[in-house]
Amino acid sequence: MSAPPASHLATARSIVEASPRSRAAAGLVVVAYALVTVAPLLWIVATSFKSPSDAIAYPPKVLFQPTLEGWVNLFTVRTRQSPEFMATLPPPETWWDRLARSHDMVIAGPSKVAPRFVNSLVVGFGSTFLAVLLGTLAAYGFSRFRVPLADDLLFFILSTRMMPPIAVAIPIYLMYRELGLNDTYMGLILLYTAVNASLSVWLLKGFMDEIPREYEEAALVDGYTRLQAFRKVVLPQAITGIAATAIFCLVFSWNEYAFALLLTSGNAQTMPPFIPFIIGEGGQDWPAVAAATTLFLVPMAAFTVILRKHLLRGITFGAVRK
Amino acid sequence: MSVTSQERPSAALVRAAGAVPPGLARRVRGLSDRSLAWLFITPVMVLLLAINIFPLIWAVRLSFTNYKSNRPNAPLRWVGLDNYADILSDPDVWHSMQVTAHFVVWTIVLQMLLGFGLALLINRKFRGHGFWTTVILLPMMLSPAVVGNFWTFLFQPQIGLFNNAAAFLTGGDPSGFQMIGDVTLAPWTIVLVDTWMWTPYVMLICLAGLRSIPEDIYEAAEVDRASPLRQFWTITLPMVLPFLMLAVLFRGIENFKMFDMVNLLTSGGPGSVTELASITLKREAFEKWRTGYSSAFAVILFVTVFGAANIYVRALNAVKQR
Repeated sequence: MSAPPASHLATARSIVEASPRSRAAAGLVVVAYALVTVAPLLWIVATSFKSPSDAIAYPPKVLFQPTLEGWVNLFTVRTRQSPEFMATLPPPETWWDRLARSHDMVIAGPSKVAPRFVNSLVVGFGSTFLAVLLGTLAAYGFSRFRVPLADDLLFFILSTRMMPPIAVAIPIYLMYRELGLNDTYMGLILLYTAVNASLSVWLLKGFMDEIPREYEEAALVDGYTRLQAFRKVVLPQAITGIAATAIFCLVFSWNEYAFALLLTSGNAQTMPPFIPFIIGEGGQDWPAVAAATTLFLVPMAAFTVILRKHLLRGITFGAVRK
Repeated sequence: MSVTSQERPSAALVRAAGAVPPGLARRVRGLSDRSLAWLFITPVMVLLLAINIFPLIWAVRLSFTNYKSNRPNAPLRWVGLDNYADILSDPDVWHSMQVTAHFVVWTIVLQMLLGFGLALLINRKFRGHGFWTTVILLPMMLSPAVVGNFWTFLFQPQIGLFNNAAAFLTGGDPSGFQMIGDVTLAPWTIVLVDTWMWTPYVMLICLAGLRSIPEDIYEAAEVDRASPLRQFWTITLPMVLPFLMLAVLFRGIENFKMFDMVNLLTSGGPGSVTELASITLKREAFEKWRTGYSSAFAVILFVTVFGAANIYVRALNAVKQR
C-alpha cells in the first residue's frame, strides 16, 4: 500500500492511516491472538520432548527435562523385559537402544510409522503430479479456446468438490472392491487426483488468464505449433502458478483423512488415519503421538510460509486473487 | 502480478508478430483449435466422470434398493422411494441435521466476527504485521484429523492445557469440567476447535476485501466529516460484504461436509450430541453397512448442499452487482 500524498499529512488523519497509538493497540491485540492461537501447537511440539510421566503431570509442566523417548517410541516397537534378562544382553549399541533399556525396554524392531509416512509421501506426490498435469492441460484449454458450455463445465468441475467425502466414499468403496483398488496406492492416488482436479483447473485457469495471449500468438506466427507454443511459451510463464497449485494439491492429499480411513487399511494407509492409533502400554503414548503430530505438521507449517503470497488465491479456488 | 512485455524475452516474438500478415496467423491458429481444445480438456473430464459421476449414478441407483455391501450376494430388491421416506421420517437423521445446523451456524458467526475483527486490526499495519499474520494462518493449513486428535489431549480434564488455562482464567478447577465428555459443552467444543482452525481463513479473505477499498473514498468521507463509525457502516462494511459472503459460502460448504476433525475429537459423542450428518452417514454406511439406505442419505445431502450453494451464489452475484 502506498503512503498518503504529502499534502494529506497536514490535514486530519483518516482511518486509512491509523494513529500510532491505535496502531500499537491493534498490534497488541493481534499479537495476543496469535500467541493464543499458536500455543496449542507449541504445546504439542513441547510434549513430544517430554517423558510419558511429564506429559500427563498435574499441574502441566512448562519446564521439563527434555528427552527423545517419545520420538524413539514413535519409531520403534519395544518389549518390556526383566532386569535379569537385560543383564544377559550384550551392551546397547546405539543411543536409542540405551534410552529404551533405561526404561527396562528392549527395542524389538521398527514401528509402522516409517512405512505410513512413505505412503503419505507416495500418495501425496503421485496425486499432486497427476492433478497438476491434468489441471494444466484443462486450464489451458479453458483459458485459450472457445469451449462450448465452458462455464457449465467449469461449474461442474467445481461442484465435484461439494460432495461430502463420506457420500463419495460409499460408491467408490464398492467400485474399488470390484476393481481390486481398495487399499492400493493407485486407488487413493486416483481419488485424490479427482478431488484435486477441481482446485487445480480453477487455480491454473486464473494463472493462465493472466498470461498475455500475444506471446503465443507471436510464437504461432513464428512457425511454432500450438503444442510447441504451449510448451515453450505458456508453461515457462505459468511456472509460479503451477508450483503454487502443486503445493495446494499436496497439502490436501497430505491432510486428507476420510477417504484414507475408509479405503485403506494397511498397505496404502497414510498418516492421518494412523496417528490416532499410536498407543503405548496402558493407553495413548502422548509423547509419541505428539512426535508423530509434529513430524506430520512441520511440512505444512513450512508450506504456509512458502505459499503466503498465493494463499488467498488457493483457498478460494482463485475467486479472490489479490 | 503485472507482466510487462519489455521484461520478457518473448517480447521479440511479440514484435515479430507485427511483421507477418494477419491472415497467416489466423490460419495457423485456427487449424484444429476445436479438436485441440478437447484434447486438453478431455483427460480431466474422463477422470471426473470415472471417479465422481459414475459412482454418483451408482449411488443413486443403490438408493432405490435394499443393498448391503457386507452381503454382496444377497438378493437385490428394489424398494422404490422407501429409503428416502425412511430417512425423512427418521428422528436420528433429523437430530444429526440439527447438530450440523448448530455447528455450521455458530462456526460461521464466530469466524466472521473474529476474522473480520482481526482483519480490521491487521489492516492498521502495525510493525511486524506480516509475521504475526503468518503465525495466525498456521492452524488453517494443518490436517483437520490430526488437529482433532491432538485437541483430545489438550482437553483432558485434569492435565490438559486447555482445561488448565481455562481454570487459571476463571479460578475454577481444571478437573471440574469436561469439554469432550459433557453433553452441554461438547457441541461447543467442536465449534471452538473449528473456530480456532478456520478464523484465519475468514481473516485472509476479509483482509483482501479491506485492501480492495480505494483510499480516496475514505478521504472524501473525511472531508465530509463522517465519523469513523459512520465510515465503517457506509463504506467498509458494504465494500467488504461480497468478500464476507464468499467466505460464508466456502465455510458453509466445508462445515456442512465436516467429518474428519469431529470424528477424531468427539466421534459424535457423548451420546450423539455432536453427531454431524457425515458421522451418521459413516455409521450407516460403514458400520451398519446399510448401503442402499445410506446412499439415499448421501443423495439427500448432496442435493441439499448443491441446491443451497446455487441459491447462495445467485444472492452473492446480486450483491456484487449492486
